Amino acid sequence: MSFLSYLINGISLGSIYAIIALGYTMVYGIARMLNFAHGDIIMVGGFVIFTIVSTLSLPPMLGILAAVAACTLLGVVIERVAYKPLRGASSLAVLITAIGVSYLLQNVALLIFGSNARQFTSVVNVPNLKLAGGALSISGVTMVTIASCIVIMVGLTTFINKTKIGQAMLAVSEDTGAATLMGIDVNKTISVTFAIGSALAAIAGALLCSTYPSLTPYTGSMPGIKAFVAAVFGGIGSIPGAMIGGILLGIIENLSKAYISSQLSDAIVFAVLIVVLLVRPTGILGKKITEKV
Amino acid sequence: MKKNKLLIQNSITYAIVIACWIVAQILISTGNMKSLMKGLLVPLCIYAILAISLNLTVGILGELSLGHAGFMCVGAFSGAFFTKCMENVIPDVTVRFLIALLIGAAVAGVCGILIGIPVLRLKGDYLAIVTLAFGEIIKNLINAMYVGKDASGFHFSIKDSLSLGLDDTGVVIIKGAQGITGTPKAATFTIAIILVLLTLFITLNLINSRTGRAIMSIRDNRIAAESVGINITKYKLMAFSISAALAGVAGVLYAHNLSSLAATPKNFGYNMSIMILVFVVLGGLGNIRGSMIAAVVLTMLPELLRGLNDYRMLIYAVVLIVMMLFNSSPKAIEMRSVFMDRLKSKKKPAKEAA
Amino acid sequence: MRKVVSLGLAAMMALSLTACGGGDTAATTAAAKDAETTAAADSAETTAAAGEAAGAEAGTIKLGVIGPLTGPAATYGIAVANGADMAAKEINAAGGVNGIMFEVQAEDDENDPEKSINAYNTLKDAGMQMLVGTTTSKPCIAVAAETANDNMFQITPSGSAVECVANDNVFRVCFADPDQGTVSAKYIGENKLATKVAIIYDSSTEYSAGIRETFVKEAANEGLEIVADEAFTADSNTDFSVQLDKAKEAGAELVFLPIYYQEASVILKQAHDKEFAPIFFGCDGMDGILSVENFDTSLAEGLMLLTPFSSTDDSSKKFTEDYVAAYGTDPNQFGADSYDAVYAIAAAVEKAGITADMDYSAMCDAMKTAMTEISIDGLTGAGMTWNAAGEPNKAPKAVKIVNGAYEMQ
Repeated sequence: MSFLSYLINGISLGSIYAIIALGYTMVYGIARMLNFAHGDIIMVGGFVIFTIVSTLSLPPMLGILAAVAACTLLGVVIERVAYKPLRGASSLAVLITAIGVSYLLQNVALLIFGSNARQFTSVVNVPNLKLAGGALSISGVTMVTIASCIVIMVGLTTFINKTKIGQAMLAVSEDTGAATLMGIDVNKTISVTFAIGSALAAIAGALLCSTYPSLTPYTGSMPGIKAFVAAVFGGIGSIPGAMIGGILLGIIENLSKAYISSQLSDAIVFAVLIVVLLVRPTGILGKKITEKV
Repeated sequence: MKKNKLLIQNSITYAIVIACWIVAQILISTGNMKSLMKGLLVPLCIYAILAISLNLTVGILGELSLGHAGFMCVGAFSGAFFTKCMENVIPDVTVRFLIALLIGAAVAGVCGILIGIPVLRLKGDYLAIVTLAFGEIIKNLINAMYVGKDASGFHFSIKDSLSLGLDDTGVVIIKGAQGITGTPKAATFTIAIILVLLTLFITLNLINSRTGRAIMSIRDNRIAAESVGINITKYKLMAFSISAALAGVAGVLYAHNLSSLAATPKNFGYNMSIMILVFVVLGGLGNIRGSMIAAVVLTMLPELLRGLNDYRMLIYAVVLIVMMLFNSSPKAIEMRSVFMDRLKSKKKPAKEAA
Repeated sequence: MRKVVSLGLAAMMALSLTACGGGDTAATTAAAKDAETTAAADSAETTAAAGEAAGAEAGTIKLGVIGPLTGPAATYGIAVANGADMAAKEINAAGGVNGIMFEVQAEDDENDPEKSINAYNTLKDAGMQMLVGTTTSKPCIAVAAETANDNMFQITPSGSAVECVANDNVFRVCFADPDQGTVSAKYIGENKLATKVAIIYDSSTEYSAGIRETFVKEAANEGLEIVADEAFTADSNTDFSVQLDKAKEAGAELVFLPIYYQEASVILKQAHDKEFAPIFFGCDGMDGILSVENFDTSLAEGLMLLTPFSSTDDSSKKFTEDYVAAYGTDPNQFGADSYDAVYAIAAAVEKAGITADMDYSAMCDAMKTAMTEISIDGLTGAGMTWNAAGEPNKAPKAVKIVNGAYEMQ
């Protein structure tokens, strides 16, 4: 029974990584950049919800909506101000700028909210599910997290395959130059990608803070890195890859904590990643890059 | 002609370092240097070495590494471990420190080879994430590692110092999260500057040698390089492990500058690796002198901003973003070159008039 | 083109470097004369400071505070800075020590030993005469090596690792880590709170790892059975479900949490969600749990902790009220420790008859003996005394949280 419990918690943790990793992967697929500030957008989402739900005592649903709106706006603004001028510059320059943005968000949050950890009131009010006569208890948040992960996955796939803007995103990620020639507005497509990624980050923030109820200006950075790992794990640029990568990462992390060593769980996660990449150099579902002369 | 120019360029780089040393010596001996600056001298050298060595991987070899702090960590711990162990065997602190430097460089270099063999097959961002993972693994392992020494030899544990089973004479040398404490402060500014010069010497000579050109040809076009018979794996590995060994030297220097050495996310985590990368990118990929100067400026910046209290890290972040936009955005580059051209064309008629 | 860019960049870098350097030397010449290590220069500096504090005839002693004011550990550093600031203001308002006023300057070290040295040197440049700090252990060990070298008096409010006070010029206000582990195990054993004990600790901080180690050692003597011994690290300090599951599986009656309250608040919440309700037992780092913003204090019901300080205790009521009024947050043990540290300095200054125009080295020599002769009733203990090794002598109080408030045991 305890194994099942560890597994379910792992899937739940992995679902959160997966939702964050989706943001990483989409942005990477389309803008070819590692958006290191993505993790901190989660934190911003967390603080927006906290302010609305706990400080202003408004309903949780409103908090989530406001967080999604705020993060979407933030994502688009960051893209316009910090990343757009660097289009065409080396990918390293964009990477460093993203790190600068990450520091900026953390320090602004530190100035506004201070460094004290806050207890986050869960935005999910679903009772615990008891199975096998109470031996296995699954918390409401866990179920909601896993369910939202599946919904987001299905929704996103449909969006990309069925809508015009989704197809435009695919086209830009395949070949930016050709997409421009086809009359696709590349700038608009990239903005939309950032908007979607950031909205997902807000949802991830709500779920992350509900499951692990502690909120500080640095809340987003470690899950951000782990999700980045998850995205690479699954094959960066691939949406189902991010999903699989995230969930596998969550499971490996939890099981190694439970059965090997709670001290070394991060080392084990990273070691598995290395092994996977050595066997499949572009991740589990990554596209093979063929080099042309 | 070209060789001459190169020689001049390199001499300028060495001259800058030596000039810094002379100025610092004068300021110290006349008592005009603030304690803050005095304390910063060795760290500045450490970051300069790190920036130069990472530039070898990122700028010259053209591979993105996010695990440079991991090599620094390996060097720091192996060097400090040696110093602590040999406390009674080699009483002279400086001699011990110099041997520790060699050991740190060797261990980090070997780590570079061991990690490089499997990893350098990967490309671009995949390589970046794997190096990041290695850095984190090293940090994580050291945080869980306990090493003690007693009459019967070394004891090793990854749980806690109790399970080392030391006898009465035993001392715990590496204490997990607490790391190694009480390393003598053997690093001096003069030694640090000599190490910077040595690093420059190794790097610049490598770049301008046949080997260096081979390495750069891999960066510029791997397939073309391969087709003219350059052994890609050998040269990649060479650049990577030299870069790692130099980071190890910086690590030993770091360990012997502070009496408490621990692998925290702050000093040996991915944050540090990224910090070093920032030096390299801001200083210019492949531009050794630039990365050295960037390391110095960016290390001093937060210290000089201390007067701003709460806002200093915020301003640091803004400066970082603005500098990046100014340096790398295609529009800014265009504007700058237009400006430069105008400056040149203005100068010419002025000269002619004179 | 590339060359032009890189040249331009190099030029800009060089420019900014010389700009920085220039500003620096300008500042240096102004500050250098008083930052000299000679006694003459020091007295010149302090008279200048005294001139500013008009009305104070006996001069001003400048205290430096070092702690993480930014970064994930900022809570602790800010509390220490506030506590010292408040104590100094109170002492000054009451007329100082024989007319000597205290001035406090806090510098940020980001919980990094290297930055801590920079902070220390900055304070030295600013004319610091005694150091209240550093807040966290690793930087404290690094700075202690410097203060020993300079012979600067140092009292750390919260550097709890054994090595922090290795030098004879360093004293501390908090308990050493090993003591807390032993005392906790003894308390649990003697009061027969439980026999099956689980431990959840942070293996990446020496505070937590240090307490755990001696706890495990002493637990064997007390007949306690450790059924689960689970670690987490600074990188994984938000999810404790696995650790809690293991403790629950093992049938632990008591969970020992030698960790800080921020993580503990998450553990209590997750344990509640898992319907796991053993006795939770913490050390001084647990203090402050009731002040975590938005924390449901009913979750902490029945939590026991050994703490030298309680913000709701009668003796600290005024401190708590003033602290909240001045800084807008509830105080924690870190703030109380540094508050006590400044009062200890004040008492020792009085005892040793130190004058503000002494240089810091002479002050340190006088303080070393005076510290062992004073006894103060502080927030973190009544009748606190210090031995020459720098350790405080005070007794922790066991408290239990009942109805959202501390209750003495």
